[in-house]
Amino acid sequence: MSLVLNEEQIFLKDSAKKFASEKTPTTHFREVRDSEIESCYDDKVWQEMVSLGWTGILIPEEFGGSNFGVAGISSILEELGRTLTPSPLFSTAVVGVSLIKHANDDVKKDILSKVVEEGLRLCFAIEESNHHNPLKIVCEAKKDGKNYNISGEKSFVIDGGFADKVIIACRTSGKEGSKNGLSLFVVDANAKGLTVTPTKMVDSRNAANMKFDNVKVSSDMLIGEEGKAYEIIESVLDISRAAISAEMLGSALQAYEITLDYLKEREQFGSKIGSFQALQHRAAIMFSELELCKSCVIESITSFDEGGNDSERLASLAKAKVGEVFHLVSNESVQMHGGIGVTDEYDIGLYLKRARVAEQIFGNSDFHKNRYAELTGY
Amino acid sequence: MENLDQFRKETKEWLEVNCPPEMRKPMGPGDVVWGGRNCKFPHPDAKLWLQRMGEKGWTCPTWPKEYGGGGLSFDENKILQEELMAIRARPALSSFGIWMLGPALLEFASEEQKKKYIPEIVKGEIRWCQGYSEPGSGSDLASLKTKAEDKGDHFIVNGQKVWTSYADDCDMIFTLVRTGPQEPKHDGISFLLIDMDQPGVTTKPIKLISGKSPFCETFFDNAIVPKENLVSELNKGWDVAKRLLQHERNMIAGMGLGGGGSAKKKKDQAVSSGMATMAKTYAGEENGKLADPALRQKIASFDINSHAFSLTMRRASEESKSSNSGPSPASSMFKYYGSESNKLRYELMLEAMGTKALGWEGEGFGPAELAITREWLRTKANSIEGGTSEVQLNIIAKRVLDLPQ
Repeated sequence: MSLVLNEEQIFLKDSAKKFASEKTPTTHFREVRDSEIESCYDDKVWQEMVSLGWTGILIPEEFGGSNFGVAGISSILEELGRTLTPSPLFSTAVVGVSLIKHANDDVKKDILSKVVEEGLRLCFAIEESNHHNPLKIVCEAKKDGKNYNISGEKSFVIDGGFADKVIIACRTSGKEGSKNGLSLFVVDANAKGLTVTPTKMVDSRNAANMKFDNVKVSSDMLIGEEGKAYEIIESVLDISRAAISAEMLGSALQAYEITLDYLKEREQFGSKIGSFQALQHRAAIMFSELELCKSCVIESITSFDEGGNDSERLASLAKAKVGEVFHLVSNESVQMHGGIGVTDEYDIGLYLKRARVAEQIFGNSDFHKNRYAELTGY
Repeated sequence: MENLDQFRKETKEWLEVNCPPEMRKPMGPGDVVWGGRNCKFPHPDAKLWLQRMGEKGWTCPTWPKEYGGGGLSFDENKILQEELMAIRARPALSSFGIWMLGPALLEFASEEQKKKYIPEIVKGEIRWCQGYSEPGSGSDLASLKTKAEDKGDHFIVNGQKVWTSYADDCDMIFTLVRTGPQEPKHDGISFLLIDMDQPGVTTKPIKLISGKSPFCETFFDNAIVPKENLVSELNKGWDVAKRLLQHERNMIAGMGLGGGGSAKKKKDQAVSSGMATMAKTYAGEENGKLADPALRQKIASFDINSHAFSLTMRRASEESKSSNSGPSPASSMFKYYGSESNKLRYELMLEAMGTKALGWEGEGFGPAELAITREWLRTKANSIEGGTSEVQLNIIAKRVLDLPQ
């Protein structure tokens, strides 16, 4: 796969960089966080992203999108990650859109065009426990004529508190742990019987707990074939894991650069603290680790667009490696800032908070190490 | 693109005709061809293979044609390497001349020196070793004391070098010597090419914790060196030395590669990890998984880092392809990560093999097992030779990150 971006991807990355520095620097994140906005993002900013065409990057041209690919949207997310830009872009334009692409033509046409034109917000309800596990699903959809009735509970639904449509993974047959019997449905967020409880997370973004109590959904809203959604789920998760790794990389790089600047400014014992070998070596190790992360991310995000046959393993490679290094960098960054590193006034602590939430999205480093080993035959 | 296809076709054809069958068999430990005046060939075909590759310049594919190199572009060389790999051809020649000295000569030597020394390296006629470290100058290399005195048309060299790999089998040694004793330490060093076939140069092998080693001590006792063997200007040797060290670091960094993580997956073929396969053999498996979950977790971490590292080596090569730049200070990153990773690889093998990795010699252990034990001990030097890991981190901090002195 390519280990350097092409012109198109560089263009998207540059415009996202400009957007982030002009419209959503970390002061924007703080404004939203400290405001009364419950959704944890600014609708105006969201609409600007929509008008730039970012929600359509994974959408085929026939539905109004640009089809610029996973590497394109991931490059944008990396830049937005640098300033911790809050928005439902990941949950809508990456996860949601990738799922809807497997729906029937009418649903695709309806939902995808609204995502591109109006910024219809999507979310994916999959988790049912405290740790990511796409097979640990008991939430049930029972067939009733032309409809299904869905019952069960979901947690940690990213941006789920204020989405317009919920895509839910549930069982039409099979037991918890089985790959067979999983099905996907598109449900209206305000459907009868669906209770959405927004949860404000430590990174000041929203997730949601959802309770489905006999929520009626038409069989037209089934994505893929009944009981055969496992492969769709895994392939969409892999795209999403690669994309969120890119966002995490952006955040980690920014935290690192902020810290490097601080090492060059701050004086103690009559010297810049960056002249101390105890700090220099740790900074150099982080530099090396981040270089490795860049390679994993770019290899992973380009593999989907270039038809690579190792995309699953590369997604786990990226998520495992970047998750670990983001922890290293966010912990070290706070430590190297000393006392001000634990104050709310300085940005560096915000990256620490984001690191912990982002790592849990669709599998933490341990989950992906295990998966990498399985995919490598041990 | 069409030219490259043509190049691939011609290369394939040439290799088919010119690579002797014996040279397509796996190599044993004694099969490396190092070249030199007293070159030992493991097989007559090895001599033939070196002659043919040397004449074509393909022992040094990207070096300029005017000095005997292959004159290939980045893409052509990639094709050549792929085609060599495809027929499992052995390297025709391995040498410090190719990996270290040659690139530095191309950058710093005079036209006469290039015309004389580069073709000899390409054809494997002269075997080179490196005279850098001294007993009193390890990490602080620039404090070196071996001195060269100006005697009109030649220098007289006195002093001692250490860690001179294969010095007892080499013809020439590229050496850092002090020519300006009054100058600040970095500004009084020169780069000399010294013929070892003279009474003033003697060598003595060094035994390591791993046993017999290619390392030697090299002694200069009134050795005579003609003036024309000075590379670059007098007292400007440190610039050459630094550049050459970057090439050496890239070479050592390459040792961190390999392992299951970096294995490429071919279509419809399961990927595998060499480390995990070995661990299954020695530590058992259950339902296709490594039986020991703690070891499995460590191997997965290792494979992931190894995979990430090999991607980073590839990315650096793709990025430098257009800019055509030589090694950068970032080569310190590769040296640091590669050597630390190689040490870890052997620690994990030891852990996986248990007592089977603890033999020293004789009965009860296979040759491969004994070799791993020795190699484990040998890897401890990886993060010391060519600049310690600590020195690499200093270089990254100062030259890449621009942290204050």
